Amino acid sequence: MSKRKIAITGLGIVSPIGNTVPEAWGNVIAGKSGITQITHFDTSDFSSKIAGEVKEFEITEYLSAKEARRMDIFIQYGMAAAIQAVKDAGISDVTRFDAERIGVNIGSGIGGLPMIENTNAAYHAGGPRKISPFFIPSTIINMVAGNLSIMFGYKGPNLAIVTACTTATHCIGSSARMIEHGDADIMICGGAESCITPLAVGGFASARALSSNNDDPATASRPWDLKRDGFVLGEGAGILVLEEMEHAKKRGAKIYAELAGFGMSADAYHMTAPCEDGEGAARCMKNALSDAQLNLEDIHYINAHGTSTPLGDIAETVAVKRCFGAHAGSLAISSTKSMTGHLLGAAGGVEAIFSTLAIFHQIAPPTINLDEPDPECDLDYVPNTAREMKIDTALSNSFGFGGTNGTLVFRKT
Amino acid sequence: MEITEIEQRIKKIVAEQLGVNESEVKNESSFVNDLGADSLDTVELVMALEEEFECEIPDEQAEKINTVQEAIDFVAANTTQ
Repeated sequence: MSKRKIAITGLGIVSPIGNTVPEAWGNVIAGKSGITQITHFDTSDFSSKIAGEVKEFEITEYLSAKEARRMDIFIQYGMAAAIQAVKDAGISDVTRFDAERIGVNIGSGIGGLPMIENTNAAYHAGGPRKISPFFIPSTIINMVAGNLSIMFGYKGPNLAIVTACTTATHCIGSSARMIEHGDADIMICGGAESCITPLAVGGFASARALSSNNDDPATASRPWDLKRDGFVLGEGAGILVLEEMEHAKKRGAKIYAELAGFGMSADAYHMTAPCEDGEGAARCMKNALSDAQLNLEDIHYINAHGTSTPLGDIAETVAVKRCFGAHAGSLAISSTKSMTGHLLGAAGGVEAIFSTLAIFHQIAPPTINLDEPDPECDLDYVPNTAREMKIDTALSNSFGFGGTNGTLVFRKT
Repeated sequence: MEITEIEQRIKKIVAEQLGVNESEVKNESSFVNDLGADSLDTVELVMALEEEFECEIPDEQAEKINTVQEAIDFVAANTTQ
């Protein structure tokens, strides 16, 4: 029996470069940076003072103020992006579908850290009676999935995979597997993140992972450039609606692209550093290609993990060469994190959207701030300007702390 | 503190916490049966009352506060502001 195919029928986004899909895509093609000085808290004592913050976000466009108060910000972003995606796919009226065949799989890398920090402060100031009864359900990671199912009545699989910066990619890939396996016909999946807080910025800075190019925020995230000095923290959510291909066609749904394959692997190497020989990441891409039953030469575009860290960008370059061999030089590879910053658990979600739209519109987004490429990073990174080109198939890579890797393969329909 | 002032402040908090219009909040309104509160809402509402009136409402007392009037009565009897 041939495998059930997966259509992408809905997209939703909240990001540092726009809170709707058309706005974010327009900005990513225009090469616009969403990185600014941090406004969420006082960064005076911090070495890194910049981030990709979400701007002009109004949760009341999606939820009542009372509902929103019970959700930490990552849940609000996740709900907003998921509601956009659900409406885009035309599945908001569950009575027209088999509710038990629609599931949700939306994760977060870190979850409700802002409310954890605030509640901890309230506890130390006023004791245990100051802890809200909504503290736990406002902060735990599966509550985007939970709240979405409650809001729309989706009674299929309901879960949230947590794998650091690979979270959304694993949620999307495993959702495709659930549809293939027959657990569901439709899955709403992706990731949400909002932890631009003292502890998260302080923690990543302490691990020497963050850029401290505070004077010129828009140029701080510069994957593969010689002057890169770490990643820039971002926030937001990226959500896709995946649907069994025949189910989507039968109801006349708009199909952006096919999700053709998914691969996973572990580096088994180090807590935070990528393995320098790219073995784990290369194996992950190979697994994804094998799952999609595609040859190396079939791939045209890679939306890279490309976080702008000195080690990570070299390791991914090595991995792409290791996986693709001679074809590596023919690939267009870009890091949209140059514009969004690194959305951690949501990164794979917004990047899956950009990969899907790259195929849908036949345009590769650029890597901005790539002025002087690192000699060790010598592939075609689509520097600074978007490129109209033939894109039949695209990969999206995500690599996370713990050495956890995920790759998605998208194909033109 | 005037009883009307207590009443006004409580109704404002109830409306805010439960996401209803202040005009819907009557003295006889039950938080759960009339204003749509669930068990977590009522815990949070009691915390908001404690905050507003700088008092402590023990759990066994809180369990007896089920309507707006019961909240007004408790605050009137237990605050000296």
